Amino acid sequence: MEHVLQQIGIDQYIYLSIILFSIGAFGILYRRNAIVMFMSIEIMLNAANLLLVAFSNYHEDANGQVFVFFTMAVAAAEVAIGLAILVAIYRNIGSIDIDKLKNLKG
Amino acid sequence: MIEILFYILSAVTLGSAFLTILSKNPIHSAIWLVVCFFSIAGHYALLNSQFLAMVHIIVYSGAIMILMLFTIMLMNLNISDEVSKPVVTKIVATVCFCLIGFFLVSALAQTAPTLETYTNTGVDFQSIQVLGKVLLNEFVLPFEMAAVLLLMAMIGAVLISKKDKKTA
Repeated sequence: MEHVLQQIGIDQYIYLSIILFSIGAFGILYRRNAIVMFMSIEIMLNAANLLLVAFSNYHEDANGQVFVFFTMAVAAAEVAIGLAILVAIYRNIGSIDIDKLKNLKG
Repeated sequence: MIEILFYILSAVTLGSAFLTILSKNPIHSAIWLVVCFFSIAGHYALLNSQFLAMVHIIVYSGAIMILMLFTIMLMNLNISDEVSKPVVTKIVATVCFCLIGFFLVSALAQTAPTLETYTNTGVDFQSIQVLGKVLLNEFVLPFEMAAVLLLMAMIGAVLISKKDKKTA
């Protein structure tokens, strides 16, 4: 079977990852709901992962895929801690609207 | 055939990512994000990385999204609770999005990196067998550290979300 990179080319994957990353950044700026902001962070992480896998295929090197594996472990830890913090915030403030979290502002 | 599949998958990825951000209801966002993750797993499968495709579905669509959905349901978020941001912020966010995307795409297009056409040497480098050997030979220390990290994350999550006995 012909490999997908022979037909499409690595640059299409680069463009796809760039657009996906920009969508994630857009989500961080556009929404004020903390959970949706978390989802945007996941989208950005996935854009980077996709590019790592594409280049790992391009160079026929397994190291890129091992990096993606570790990124997934870190993302899982990050989400667990982040959601625990959100639950604690929700218990104290009663909302997860990030605009209400300005107690540190003088 | 593969080309069409790639473009369909890319359209699904980008569209569901947009819908994740634009849906008003957080549960709809989470479900669109599951669609997005499945299409990214499809990209991995298209690149012939079976191991990552499976791990991606298990970790993201399985673990992370269930965690998020449970958190959303636990907090009982209603649509009416969320006050949307002022229009100015939304316009600025959209402009920033367009600028980031335009800058990165045009930077790539302008520099025009000389990418050689890919030649398939037929070496097996991404089957589960090979990846397992790489993971447990070269990367055995980071692998163990990932285990420690996950343990710390678990302890931390339990500690943070535990209810305080005394009211502060």
